[in-house]
Amino acid sequence: MTAFGKLIRTTAFRLTLVYLFLFALFAASLLGYFAWNTRRLITEQITATVNAETGEISDIFGRRGLRGLVFTLENRALRPGANLYLVTTPTGQAIAGNVGSLAPGVMTTTGWSETAYRRLDENDNADHRALVRVTELPNGFRLLIGRDLEERRRLFGIVAKAAQWSILVVVVLGIGGGIFVARRVLQRIDAMTGTAQRIMAGDLSGRLPVGRSGDELDRLAGNLNAMLERIEALMTGLKEVSDNIAHDLKTPLTRLRNRAEEALASSGSEAEYRAALERTIEESDGLIRTFNALLMIARAESGQARGNMDDFDAADVAIGIHELYEPLAEDDGMTLRLKTVSAPLHGNRELISQALANLVENAIKYGKPATVSAGSVVSLDAKQILIEARREGDQVLLSVTDHGPGIPEADLKHAVERFVRLDSSRSQPGSGLGLSLASAVATLHGGELRLGDARPGLVATLAIPARTALGDRPPVLTQDVPQKVA
Amino acid sequence: MRSPSFTARFFRLTERCQVVLHEDADRAMVTEGWPHLTATDPQMRLLIIEDDRESADYLVKAFREVGYVADLASDGEEGLALASTGDYDVLVIDRMLPKRDGLSLIGSLREKGNRTPALILSALGQVDDRIKGLRAGGDDYLPKPYSFAELLARVEVLSRRHGGPAEETTYRVGDLELDRLSHRVARGKDELTLQPREFRLLEYLMKHAGQVVTRTMLLENVWDYHFDPQTNVIDVHISRLRSKIDKGFDRPLLHTIRGAGYMIRDGIR
Repeated sequence: MTAFGKLIRTTAFRLTLVYLFLFALFAASLLGYFAWNTRRLITEQITATVNAETGEISDIFGRRGLRGLVFTLENRALRPGANLYLVTTPTGQAIAGNVGSLAPGVMTTTGWSETAYRRLDENDNADHRALVRVTELPNGFRLLIGRDLEERRRLFGIVAKAAQWSILVVVVLGIGGGIFVARRVLQRIDAMTGTAQRIMAGDLSGRLPVGRSGDELDRLAGNLNAMLERIEALMTGLKEVSDNIAHDLKTPLTRLRNRAEEALASSGSEAEYRAALERTIEESDGLIRTFNALLMIARAESGQARGNMDDFDAADVAIGIHELYEPLAEDDGMTLRLKTVSAPLHGNRELISQALANLVENAIKYGKPATVSAGSVVSLDAKQILIEARREGDQVLLSVTDHGPGIPEADLKHAVERFVRLDSSRSQPGSGLGLSLASAVATLHGGELRLGDARPGLVATLAIPARTALGDRPPVLTQDVPQKVA
Repeated sequence: MRSPSFTARFFRLTERCQVVLHEDADRAMVTEGWPHLTATDPQMRLLIIEDDRESADYLVKAFREVGYVADLASDGEEGLALASTGDYDVLVIDRMLPKRDGLSLIGSLREKGNRTPALILSALGQVDDRIKGLRAGGDDYLPKPYSFAELLARVEVLSRRHGGPAEETTYRVGDLELDRLSHRVARGKDELTLQPREFRLLEYLMKHAGQVVTRTMLLENVWDYHFDPQTNVIDVHISRLRSKIDKGFDRPLLHTIRGAGYMIRDGIR
């Protein structure tokens, strides 16, 4: 498409054409109205003049007879800008006046008519037009008095010219303005398109230019930029996740493969084969768990799990999880304590239970007092893990506090990220997804996961808006489209 | 991240290991012991509705070797036709099938008044998918990838439920007795004191006495959680229960079934 073709296809330009047409129409009708009214006015004036003069001349004829009439007419005809006069005999012969020739038949009908004529004293061959009135005098002579229409014609010409020029100016200005506006819009749109194409080509950092006028295009660009910001953040997140998946899943997959290879290569007994296979299954079960956790996080983050929300009490969740994990903690030499106040909540009970379970599992795994291994005396207090459910302001807090080594201030932010296993925990089993899932669940409910220092120890808190606070969240738009998964 | 082909392939890998292990089952029984891989209800007839050839063949073979009659339908319409005959004790239905998906299949069956227990297998393993499956008329829901031991345990429990004896008020296994109304538990002449949760745990185990009950089944049915704990939290509860009902008695009743779960049963096989 040529640049001009592109220009005239713009909305701005097309709009201009429409306005142009409307304006031209308006100007034309205005001028037309003006011209028509003027013409009427002039005609009325001529009629009045001619009538008056006809009356006057008839009067003179009545008083002074034919001679007086001819004398007066000859006199008047000599004045500059004189009207048209003609007197004919009943047989049609001209005896006085300043009219050289007339359209045939004008003199035979009395009354008003418009006719072409030529003056006696003019030599040009141009035809003039005049509005004339023919009256019959009492003695059968006919008198014609008329007025040239040149004035009216000239006025008409002026109006026509004005119309031409004004329409021309309107068109030129309109098209020029249209092109100007269209080009301006086009330039900005082109800039946007360019950015969009760069982004489509893979450069997610591109942003649309936003002007300072705050017009609709700027607002659009601003919103698109916000959208791009979000997409870039999501993409970065996704990339990090896939990098981490690649990294953290490759290790167990490699182990799995090595084990199978080793078993295949060795000529071991059946029992050894079985053992190898069983370990393979164990290893794959671990991987499946990791996958499930990842899928769960993905679902929580994408908001798909929002469908299954109901009202319940966070205290019940805390009581349930305490009941489930209390024996496990005790086996590990810890005490799981519970402190709850009724805290009604609207959400996905299963997910919140799981998030809390993850926090408790973490506390049991990593929350042992650091000094236990060193054999020094540890107060009973330090071996306690506290599960707490309470309401604070418009938030429901579900927290798990341990008195282990905690997480260094600098690492607190990292801890929530997927697959992050702080150095201190590398030796412990686990997928490194527990906190990520808890965080995703909190985000799904419009809240957050807070990690803090329990001096010593870690306090992990799920802070979720209390009931009804979810009412203003946008409805879930994502439909669960079943995919064929073998 | 959600790569179906990847998880599917991964599932096949696990499955193959199980097949290899399983082919050895008869001999292995003597040495290693997979007692759960024998039929607890030899008359049971299963219908497997699964379109993936490899998974289907594996399931049919595994169920047959355990000693059940297993038929196969490879699409939704065929499955519906076969299931409608009412010849089966349990249906194992893949959720996504050609021609007619698993949920609508179950829906049509239930509409016709066919109440054959149905277990849904699905790659969609999330809580809401599960709820959808159960709402559609399924009796149990097992996300892929699963272990055959888990599937077998669930199928057996489903089958027992179907046409089994009405819910009794007292369960007995050997000299262990549980009264569901008075919440009284006794072994021989000794009265046992159980925590409420321990009682429910024992109740579930005894309801399915002689059947393998997996950890996930316990977590789902006793605690009503559907997530997968990363720790051996169920084992700890079981060992507490075991110390109360088996400690000090010659004949243990609560058995750990390696690679599968637990079973309460009188006597050793």
